[in-house]
Amino acid sequence: MQTSTLILVLLVLAAVSYRFGRARSLKVAGGARGARNLHSLPSHYGLLTAIWCALPALVVVIGWQAFDNRIITERIVSTMPAEMRELPPGEMSLVLNDVRNLVAGNTPPDSATPEVTAAAAQWQRLEGLSRMAAAVLALCVAIGGGWFALSRIKPALRARNSVERVVRWALLGCSLIAILTTVGIVLSVLYESLQFFRMVPVTEFIFGTQWSPQLAIRADQVGSSGAFGAVPLFAGTLLISFIAMAIAVPVGLFSAIYLAEYASRGFRAVTKPLLEVLAGIPTVVYGFFAALTVAPLLRSAGEQLGLQVASESALAAGLVMGIMIIPFVSSLADDMITAVPQSLRDGSYGLGATRSETIRKVVLTAALPGIVGGVLLAVSRAIGETMIVVMAAGLSANLTANPLEAVTTVTVQIVTLLVGDQEFDSPKTLAAFALGLVLFIVTLTLNVIALHVVRRYREQYE
Amino acid sequence: MNKPQAAGMPPSQQRIRERVERGLARRYRAERRFRAYGLMAALSGLLFVAFLFLSIISTGYTAFVQTYVRIDVRFDPELIDPEGNRSEEALRMGDYGGVLKQAIREQFPGVEGRRELRQLYNLVSEIAAFDLRDRVLDDPALVGQTREFWLIASDDIDQLVKGKIDRALAEEQRVVSDLQLGWLDALTRDDRVERRFNRVFFTAGDSREPEQAGVLGAIVGSFLTLLVTLLLSFPIGVAAAVYLEEFAPGNRFTDLIEVNINNLAAVPSIVFGLLGLAVFIQFFGVPRSAPLVGGLVLTLMTLPTIIIASRAAIKAVPPSIREAALGMGASQVQVVAHHVLPLAMPGMLTGAIIGMARALGESAPLLMIGMVAFIADIPASLTDPATVLPVQVFLWADSPERAFLERTSGAIIVLLAFLLVMNAAAVVLRHRFERRW
Repeated sequence: MQTSTLILVLLVLAAVSYRFGRARSLKVAGGARGARNLHSLPSHYGLLTAIWCALPALVVVIGWQAFDNRIITERIVSTMPAEMRELPPGEMSLVLNDVRNLVAGNTPPDSATPEVTAAAAQWQRLEGLSRMAAAVLALCVAIGGGWFALSRIKPALRARNSVERVVRWALLGCSLIAILTTVGIVLSVLYESLQFFRMVPVTEFIFGTQWSPQLAIRADQVGSSGAFGAVPLFAGTLLISFIAMAIAVPVGLFSAIYLAEYASRGFRAVTKPLLEVLAGIPTVVYGFFAALTVAPLLRSAGEQLGLQVASESALAAGLVMGIMIIPFVSSLADDMITAVPQSLRDGSYGLGATRSETIRKVVLTAALPGIVGGVLLAVSRAIGETMIVVMAAGLSANLTANPLEAVTTVTVQIVTLLVGDQEFDSPKTLAAFALGLVLFIVTLTLNVIALHVVRRYREQYE
Repeated sequence: MNKPQAAGMPPSQQRIRERVERGLARRYRAERRFRAYGLMAALSGLLFVAFLFLSIISTGYTAFVQTYVRIDVRFDPELIDPEGNRSEEALRMGDYGGVLKQAIREQFPGVEGRRELRQLYNLVSEIAAFDLRDRVLDDPALVGQTREFWLIASDDIDQLVKGKIDRALAEEQRVVSDLQLGWLDALTRDDRVERRFNRVFFTAGDSREPEQAGVLGAIVGSFLTLLVTLLLSFPIGVAAAVYLEEFAPGNRFTDLIEVNINNLAAVPSIVFGLLGLAVFIQFFGVPRSAPLVGGLVLTLMTLPTIIIASRAAIKAVPPSIREAALGMGASQVQVVAHHVLPLAMPGMLTGAIIGMARALGESAPLLMIGMVAFIADIPASLTDPATVLPVQVFLWADSPERAFLERTSGAIIVLLAFLLVMNAAAVVLRHRFERRW
């Protein structure tokens, strides 16, 4: 039986046991009029029976699902001829892949070697057996659980309390997913990175100035060294982020000031949502815009001025990234400015200050921590932004501070290293995870600091 | 009014007053300047929005039309069904490419020589042969007859008709030769060239040939991926929000969960791609490139958004409602299930739609888990290889053919239209069901 059908059957069984449990509770209470003798509502007894029926069985199914593939693989390997069993792990996984493809019908059966065909037949037999066993076990558990719950139903049984305990645990489980995700990110990235640092020393990765991750296919190949010094990537990321912030901070901050302090109600009502449209546009659209519109514009403008502008210049990517971040900065700054109490402004006006003086010397000073926090969040955004730089920035790792040249960034390299099929033990693939680890640590630090600052600031005026 | 009073002041105050007044003009200038900077910043923001949209729409709107050429086609029985048994099998196997070439040759009888003929055949897309085959399969009586058909033009001709290729360039510099220009002009004079709605763009999957490429495969892929995302992230997100707002004790552990949620909301999306690659594909063995794994990754990404929005919605339900229900003897779970959740539902749904809109535009993590493969088929299940709209945009943006430029912009317009609809739905939902207590 397919797992999906099995789960469907279990759900039907749960629905049936709900009816049974409900009916049973009414019966032990002595009909519909006796329901007041029950501790809980009849539907609670039904729910309790359904939970007893479905929950343990689902645990069995999921546990089985998690392990059966591994057990089958082990059995298959142990029945293979001796010379195949002693293959190195890399080739072994290739053979197993062949077997799996044959089982799935992706490869025609006549193209496989006899050993693979035999293994595939064995695989199919074991898989059928395993599915059968899973179905039988799950159904037994379901019926047994339902039966047990039915037999316990008495008027004094506190069914509601039990059901609600299960609900609470389920809710807690759902909120734990946030922690699990963080743990998953840290563990997966860290594990692969540690493997990478076993091949390439940490110091070389962090302080090296050469980045050319192409590994040799043949030993005598030219330029095949595979250098993993990430400094050019960090420099490129910082350069592009700096350009982006140089656009986004002034424009975002000034438009927030204007909208919060000067603009008429009508102007604000029209302009604010229009600016926020920029935040809702997918980044791939910005990437396309940067590569196809902004970069050629900059190039021809540079030619007019007699400057050499690379077609994948840092300037184009940074400029467009800056446009993308404007609404982020402006809406955060707007929040911070409007949170400054009116009494501070009134005091400043009372001393004879003009509006701009009040804004510069009182409002902005008061809102500064919040704005700094917002800018830090925006920086972390810029560092982690991927699509714009993948489409508009270069691939070659130049260590330069000239915004007219092409640079590459951490995220671009992660994408180029991981797109396409790769084996998981080459330093080239693992390098992407090491870069991901750096990216995660840097953005996490920025976020923690920024959130802390913003929260402190908000509490100040509440 | 002030002058006479000033005259009566002691001299020291008067000096201060004079200094203040001397400075006033400068201060007012500074005020106006400051205000102008603010206005300029706001307007330049608007200018960016306008420029972005204009540039996308002006390159993209032509993707929705396609050039067709009217040609008399003779369905030669010798080519289609040489054995003459007219079975469906035989009709399916016919040489429709030959029929097409013959029809074009007959349109321009004077052309000879292999190079010239190749250029001539290039006027019409190869896909037109399949079109002819489908028509014959629909109506086998066509075999042996001559009919007039509007056939889809090749991408270069299409670009020329749309004015995207400059006729004034020297012949070596444009993809359309002088001969082809002449033939096209002859066809235009005969009223045999027409621009029509580009049906292929909305009904086909991806293709290497621009005139055969469409966004349907990507739209279906996006739909399946978002379906997985919605089915997982909405219930889980709402449950997590309910726990944190209604049940969680105020201890360290709850703080840890909250800090985690806030931080996950700001983690770069590409890191979620790394997680998906290492955990879902490497560890759990979920098939690569499938909407299932894409949906799982996007679920983890959108969960913080949905949790934060749902918590705000739950917070907005006034405590008096909870207290009334508790007073009537309801348990805490009953209060939540019967009162809080229904009242908070519009706010939660709004949050979910906004989260889905963000997930629809996301592409970086999907690059990591192999949803960038070239996939011509339209995905039919959650485990079929698929791609999504933004990734399709990314793929087409990389293609060298000129005609893909407008199709990329066209796909962006489609994507933005979907986003617009989703955001509008969120706004409408908020306005219709928002309750002020």
